Amino acid sequence: MSLNRNVAAIAVGAAGLMALALAMVFFVAPEDADQGISQKIFYFHVPIALTAYACFGTGAWKGLRLLWTGAERYDLESYTAIHQGTIFGALTLLTGSIWAKASWGVWWAWSSNQLVLFLVLFLFYCAYFMLRFSVEPGTRRARVSAVYALFGVALIPISFLAIRLANDFIHPTVFTRHGAQMTGTMLAAFWVSWAALLLLAFVMYRVELIGKHIDANLRDLRDILTAR
Amino acid sequence: MSAYAADVAALARKDLRLELRAKDTLPAMLLFVLATLVVFHFALPPDAGDDAAYGLLWVALVFTALLGLGRAWVPEREGAALDGLVLAPCDRSAIWLGKALATLAFLVAAEVVALPAFALFFAPLRGTALLGVVLVDIGICTVGSLVSAMAASSRTRELILPLLFLPLAIPLIVGGVGSSISPDGGKYLLFLALYDGVFSILSWASFEYVVTE
Amino acid sequence: MSVISARDVEKRYGQTWALRAVSFELERGGCLLVTGPNGSGKTTLLRLVAGLATPTRGRLEIDSDRSQLGYLAHEPLVYRDLTGLENLDLYGRLYRVSERRERIGMLLERFGLWEARGQRVSTYSRGMTQRLALCRALLHEPRLLVLDEPYAALDEDGAALLDRELEDLARDRTLVVSTHDVERVVSLETARLALA
Repeated sequence: MSLNRNVAAIAVGAAGLMALALAMVFFVAPEDADQGISQKIFYFHVPIALTAYACFGTGAWKGLRLLWTGAERYDLESYTAIHQGTIFGALTLLTGSIWAKASWGVWWAWSSNQLVLFLVLFLFYCAYFMLRFSVEPGTRRARVSAVYALFGVALIPISFLAIRLANDFIHPTVFTRHGAQMTGTMLAAFWVSWAALLLLAFVMYRVELIGKHIDANLRDLRDILTAR
Repeated sequence: MSAYAADVAALARKDLRLELRAKDTLPAMLLFVLATLVVFHFALPPDAGDDAAYGLLWVALVFTALLGLGRAWVPEREGAALDGLVLAPCDRSAIWLGKALATLAFLVAAEVVALPAFALFFAPLRGTALLGVVLVDIGICTVGSLVSAMAASSRTRELILPLLFLPLAIPLIVGGVGSSISPDGGKYLLFLALYDGVFSILSWASFEYVVTE
Repeated sequence: MSVISARDVEKRYGQTWALRAVSFELERGGCLLVTGPNGSGKTTLLRLVAGLATPTRGRLEIDSDRSQLGYLAHEPLVYRDLTGLENLDLYGRLYRVSERRERIGMLLERFGLWEARGQRVSTYSRGMTQRLALCRALLHEPRLLVLDEPYAALDEDGAALLDRELEDLARDRTLVVSTHDVERVVSLETARLALA
C-alpha cells in the first residue's frame, strides 16, 4: 500500500533526523556555562512541548472539520492527534521535571509557567479521554469530542495568561531560565531537534491512524460477511 | 423583543419555575457553600492570612456551582424533553443560553447568602472582588452549562462533570483570587472579561453540536 | 411531489448498525406505515426523518423545516414537574403558535386533558401523558407528522381519540407512522415500509 510505503520513508527520515539531532545536541552544541550537560535536555523539552501544541492544534482543527463536514474520518484523526499530543504532553512534564531537578534541584517548580500550563492541559486532555470512553460510539461521541478539543485550544492561551497572572501573587521566588540567548550552533541544534520531533509525531500519528483504519476495515469486512 | 430573546426568556423562565417548584437544587447549593466555608475555617491554620481565605472563597464558589451544574440538565433528561427542545424551530444555542441564565440566577441567589457569610467568617470583600464574582459567575455558567450537557451524554454523568469542568475553571480561579487580593485587581477583571468573551462565544457556537447527532 | 426521499439510508452507532439500507419516497399527503419487529430500526428511522439524527450513509431529503414537523416519540418529550398547560405554553412559544392560548385550550379539550391542565405531568397516568405528548406534537399544526408507535401507551379512549385524529390529519397532512397495531392504521396507509 503506497500509504504504508510513504510512512515507512518518513519514519526512516525521522529516525535519521533524530540521530542528527542527538549528535548535534551532544557533540556540536556548546555546553552551557552554568548548567552544564543537564541543560541539554532543553533541546528536547521545548521541542517536545511545541510538538504537543502542534498535535493539540491539529486535533482541534480536525474536530472543526468534523463539525463542519460531518465526515467520520475526522473524528478518528482528531482523536489520534490528541492522543499523540497527550503523549508528548506527558513527555513534556517528564523532561521538564528532569530539567528542573538538574537545574534547580527540585522535581517540580510552580514558577515554571510552561510546566504548569502543561499540567493543566494534561488534566484537560485526560478528561477528554475519560469523556470519550464513557460515551457510546457514534455521531454524538464524535461531536462532543470535537467540541471539547476546540475548548482545549482555546484554553491553551487563556491558561497561559492565567498562569502568568497567578505568578504575581502566588510565588515570589522566580527561577530564571536560560535559553533566551542562543548562539548559532545552539539554535541549529534546536531547530533540528524540533524538526525531528515533529516528524516523529507525524509518523506516530500516521501509524496509529493506519492501525485504526485497519481495525475499521476489519469490522466492515466482518459486517459484510455476517450480513443478513 | 426579538424571537431569539423571547425563546431564551421562555426557556430560562421554565428553569426558574421548575426550581421554584422542586426547591431541591438551590437549598442544597446554599447549605453546601455554607458548610464548605465552615470546613475551610477548620482547614486553615490559625495564622493563615486573609489571602488564604480569599483563595478558598473561589474554590467554594466553583464547587458549589458544580453542584448546581450537575443537576442542570436533569429535567430535560426525565421525559426526554431535550429532544423536544432540539426539535423546536428555535436556535439550539437559545437552549444553552436559557439554561446558563437560569443557572446564573441560582448561583447569584446562593452568593447572596454566601458572600455576606464569608465576610462575616473571614474577611470583607472589596469592590473589585465583587465585580470578580460577577465575572466568574458568568464564566462558570456559560462554560458549565455546555460542559454539563456534554457530561449528560456520558454514561458517568456526575462523575465526569468535575473532570471536564475543573481545568476550564482554573483561569477563573486565578482571575477571582487576583481580583480579591492583588493591588492591581483591575488587570484580573480584564482577564476574566476576556475569558468570558472567548468561552461564551465558543459555547454559544458549539452547543448545537453537543445536543444533535 | 416528494416530502421525503430516502436512498440507501443507514445509521450506525459505533459498531452497531441501528438501521440497514432503506430507500423510499413519500409524496405530500401520503401516509407511510413502517412495520417490523423490535430492534429492526423503526425508531431510528423515525428519528432520522424527524431530524434528531443524521444518517451515517445514504441520502435523506426532507422537504420540511422544524416548524412544520411534529414528532411523537416513545418518551413524551415533556417536563414532568411542569403542568400540562405550562408544557404546552412553552412549546407554543418556541413554535411561535399564533393564538397560542386558544389553540392550547382547544387541544387540551379535544384530548380530554382540560381538567388536568393545572396538574403536574408527574401526576398523569401513562395514557394521559401520551395524550399530552400528542397535543405537543400537533400544537403548531405541522404539515409532516412523524409518529413512533402512537398507540403504545394509550388506553381505549385515547386510542379512539387518536383514530379520529389520524383520520382527520391523513386528509391533508403527510404522515409517517410506525406501529405494531397495523390494522388500526391500514386504512390510511398509502405506502408501507417493512423493516427486517
